Amino acid sequence: MKFSAEWLARHLDTDATTAEIAAKLNELGIEVEGVDDPARALEGFRVAEVLTAAPHPQADRLQVLSVDTGEGAPLQVVCGAANARAGMKGVLGLPGATVPANGMVLRKSAIRGVESNGMMCSVRELQLGDEHEGIIELPADAPVGMPVAEYFRSSPVFDVSITPNRPDCMGVHGIARDLAAAGLGTLKDAPIPAIAGSFPCPVTIRTNDPAGCPAFFGRVIRGVKNGPSPSWLQQALISAGQRPISALVDVTNYLSLGFGRPAHVYDLAKLTGPVVARRATDGEEVLALNGKTYRLDPSMLVIADDAGVHDIAGIMGGEESSVTDGTTDVLLEIAYFDPESIGATGRKLGLASDARTRFERGVDPAFLEDGLELLTGMIIEFCGGEASEVVRAGTPPLDTAVIGFDPQLTQRLGGVAVPDGEQRTILERLGFAVAADWTVTAPTWRPDIIGPADLVEEVVRVHGIDRIESVALPRADGVARPTATPAQLTERRVRRAAAARGLMEAVTWSFLPASAAEPFVTEGETPWVLDNPISEDLKVMRPSLLPGLLLAAGRNMARGAAALRLFEIGRRYGRSADGSSAERLTLGVVLAGERTPRGWASGKAAGFDAFNAKAEALALLAEAGAPVDKLQVMGEAGAQFHPGQSGTLRLGPKVVLARFGALHPATLKAFDLTGAVMAVELFLDAIPPRKSAGFAKPAYSPPPLQPVLRDYAFLVPVTLPAGDLLRAVKGADKGNIVDVRLFDDFRGAGVPEGQKSLAVEVLLQPQGESYTEAVLTGISDKVVAAAAKLGATLRG
Amino acid sequence: MTDTDNLDTARTEAIAQIDAAADLSALEAIRVALLGKQGSISALMKTLGAMAPEERQARAPAIQALRTGASDAIAARKAALEGAALEAQLAAEALDLTLPAPEAPRGSVHPVSQVMDELAEIFADLGFAVATGPEIEDDWYNFTALNMPESHPARAMHDTFYFPDTAPKGGRMLLRTHTSPVQVRTMLDAVKDHPGGAPLRIIAPGRVYRSDSDATHTPMFHQIEGLVIDRDIHLGHLKWTLETFLKAFFERDDIVLRLRPSYFPFTEPSVEVDVGFALVNGKRVLGGSGDAAGHGWMELLGSGMVNRRVLEASGLDPDEWQGFAFGVGVDRLAMLKYGMDDLRAFFDGDVRWLGHYGFSAFDQPTLSAGVGARA
Repeated sequence: MKFSAEWLARHLDTDATTAEIAAKLNELGIEVEGVDDPARALEGFRVAEVLTAAPHPQADRLQVLSVDTGEGAPLQVVCGAANARAGMKGVLGLPGATVPANGMVLRKSAIRGVESNGMMCSVRELQLGDEHEGIIELPADAPVGMPVAEYFRSSPVFDVSITPNRPDCMGVHGIARDLAAAGLGTLKDAPIPAIAGSFPCPVTIRTNDPAGCPAFFGRVIRGVKNGPSPSWLQQALISAGQRPISALVDVTNYLSLGFGRPAHVYDLAKLTGPVVARRATDGEEVLALNGKTYRLDPSMLVIADDAGVHDIAGIMGGEESSVTDGTTDVLLEIAYFDPESIGATGRKLGLASDARTRFERGVDPAFLEDGLELLTGMIIEFCGGEASEVVRAGTPPLDTAVIGFDPQLTQRLGGVAVPDGEQRTILERLGFAVAADWTVTAPTWRPDIIGPADLVEEVVRVHGIDRIESVALPRADGVARPTATPAQLTERRVRRAAAARGLMEAVTWSFLPASAAEPFVTEGETPWVLDNPISEDLKVMRPSLLPGLLLAAGRNMARGAAALRLFEIGRRYGRSADGSSAERLTLGVVLAGERTPRGWASGKAAGFDAFNAKAEALALLAEAGAPVDKLQVMGEAGAQFHPGQSGTLRLGPKVVLARFGALHPATLKAFDLTGAVMAVELFLDAIPPRKSAGFAKPAYSPPPLQPVLRDYAFLVPVTLPAGDLLRAVKGADKGNIVDVRLFDDFRGAGVPEGQKSLAVEVLLQPQGESYTEAVLTGISDKVVAAAAKLGATLRG
Repeated sequence: MTDTDNLDTARTEAIAQIDAAADLSALEAIRVALLGKQGSISALMKTLGAMAPEERQARAPAIQALRTGASDAIAARKAALEGAALEAQLAAEALDLTLPAPEAPRGSVHPVSQVMDELAEIFADLGFAVATGPEIEDDWYNFTALNMPESHPARAMHDTFYFPDTAPKGGRMLLRTHTSPVQVRTMLDAVKDHPGGAPLRIIAPGRVYRSDSDATHTPMFHQIEGLVIDRDIHLGHLKWTLETFLKAFFERDDIVLRLRPSYFPFTEPSVEVDVGFALVNGKRVLGGSGDAAGHGWMELLGSGMVNRRVLEASGLDPDEWQGFAFGVGVDRLAMLKYGMDDLRAFFDGDVRWLGHYGFSAFDQPTLSAGVGARA
């Protein structure tokens, strides 16, 4: 909200400077977003009189003027405006002044060989309006030499942001009241005229919806003559960013901006029958003042007559009955509307207005009578006319909060000691009634005041919230205890493990384009889709971390990145059939491009393969505390993956802890990626929690005897997964076999068709005594027998 | 010529022969010829046994000297030849170490994660636990319980993303617009866990969403919520907590805060907090009073005393408990501390940006090392 210092001065008697006022507004919680001082912009421009005007010797369109600036000898100025002539008064910009419209700094110069000592300015050049034909013509009584800013009464304009709890500050008067309460001057009470009606109001007004419109006051003024409002009013509205329209409209805007009190003026000639506040009928339409037609429903309150709707109550008037230059008789409406109803209607219609902003926050319900008098007084003053008696339908709700206040609460909640007397003064200056027993009654313009904490806020903000001293939070004894949950620890640990493994952490959007999200939706779930996305690209909550990373990979590749190792830890979002939401902690990894670049030692560049993905999956699962020794590699990584180069890591047959592998060519195509791309997704939420709570590890002492390594080469069917053979061998003799490693997978010469040779080394650890040949043979027999169960034969 | 002279000559000749051996195999042949079983010196040694004692006494020293001289010379020559061979081998094995070594890829931690870890560390020292809550939230937790019922005008301050789904507690499901619903959830849980539900000290970091996008706003960003509930917590404690955390986070003692009254439905009184900064090379550097020359105030966060309606909705007795809450943008804190100037780049995943602004895995914030990672 904007208002000028001059406007403020109509409500506040103060000697404070602009800077002091701005600082105090901030201290009071009325945030100053800017102070614009037009006087500064108009420095160097003054009222001047053209004494003589002669044609320029070198240019037809130019004239050489002699200009009186009010001091010293007249100045010679070259001017191109057709309306420049001897005897006129205008605005001269002196050398050194900056033209507000274009930032040009004026200089003493020669124009076509004739010296010019400044510039006669147009309205637009000074940003005083849009007019740009010719130079400004001022009335004959304009004092020569007066700075233009002073002549136009430009005063600094405050741009403040009013929090939604302060409808009283949506008018300059309320702001003045806060400043006065803070000691920055004295509040000037608005002089309320008392205008007795000279005839009964010819229009019947009524409220058919006492809940939505508890009070509707009005009166008719006959014989008005509409036209421009006085310049002080126009200047005030311009300072507030409003366009002056006509006196009848400007006065309502003045009431709204000056007192936070919207009202409406109807052209009486366009009304028929009683004027009623009622609910709209379904489908009823109104052409509003913004030129748009709104379709209404019965939840919405309107002001209507026999012919139809004339006003979306409390939000915007209708075009049909709006006042024009030809209006002679008007009906004034000042009403109190239920804030919730106004807010609901405004939201439904998507219609914002100054009136709605004020009504939905809560206007002063006690200001109907005075507001109507102010409005009447101004209309009669500016437009003439004769007022009817006031008619009143309903009564406004005048109840306000009555709070049993304990001034000690200011210290307890606010942490600042304010003497009782000062607290009382502050509250009283703000309009509260404070009884001897500290029963505090809120003024009618403060609907935000509900309980004692609100009064503490009032006292503290006027006393000075910055005067609160810091007080240390009590501290627990000793060294700080850990506070993170197991899930948080896992997340932190896995994140840093991934970074240590050379992966770069990305943070990608939680929402995705539908096309990217849908292929990744978990079976049995549906995705969360935004109703009002900011764009189609940010619409569906990610069901997996992979699509976001793949999109990032695509952007990087488009920028020419050669190698990508991206990861992200965050939530994936699922929506089960019953509509319930699940947000599960997940880690995604994408490996794309060159695993190793071409090198002098390594030769050609090498890409990633599914085993790189597997390695990341296992390493990160291990850091996450998953029992990696117990995991099985199984299939069904999902349709997004290459069916032959992907897998899942499971704990038992059902619990999937991770999926990994190469992505399906169709996935790559959908994400516009080239080359092989590997992906890993770790379902961190599925990892069973650790059982141990203590610090001590299980007892261990390294065995004194050297381990023994034995190699075996088995011929097995090509279809046999190597992992099965390894598991079988490892389980052949658990007392002796401590590790099994596969070191060769060979097919071809010497190996029968349909078979492959798998070579493993088996690490045996003797416990009590060294192995005898007989014992070793026994272990070997068990190994061979275990392998034989899978169809493996020892290679000759 | 005496016999001794002959032996001396033989020794000189043998040594010359040995020293002339070109390689180890030639040396070995010489050794065999001299000291081998059939060798000439070995033959002389054998003659000693057959000599009369006087003769032996006369000749033995010279023969011994011949043998010792030859074997010492062989050992010395062998060492020399081996040394030369090793040197030749090493020379042949020389590498150009200006060639590049194999590179290990450099991973990194995102600045948002780093800053969240830093904040968790600072607040752990002040006794705050880390709480979490859902991002797809029920209207009730995001608004109603926070004293913003359906028609509340303050809802307009939140550009909310909605889902079509009806929320279990009324209204629609939405993306949380702030981390404040975690306050409510934490208090409700605390009441279940222990009678009274307080005292409480938590921070709640996480993603939040506003339907807003321009140079300084992204539709998703990160916030951290702070909540302290106890019997006698007041605005002075809030001010101290904010000062203390900012001083720790920025590792500066000259952080100056300016409190301004403001309005949030979920706090009363409500306080907007500005922090003083200096303009250094066109960048804002926190520190000093905003009123000082060359300084200014920057809006940093919103806070206040928890509104009693919020305490009531969260199952706490507002006549017994009171406390403060605050919410601050994590991305913003990261930008102020580590110098990024474009919020949108946070969420692009550009590896060049991640490499530049990301952190080493070993930049784990600790109190003893300082919670910041210096450039």
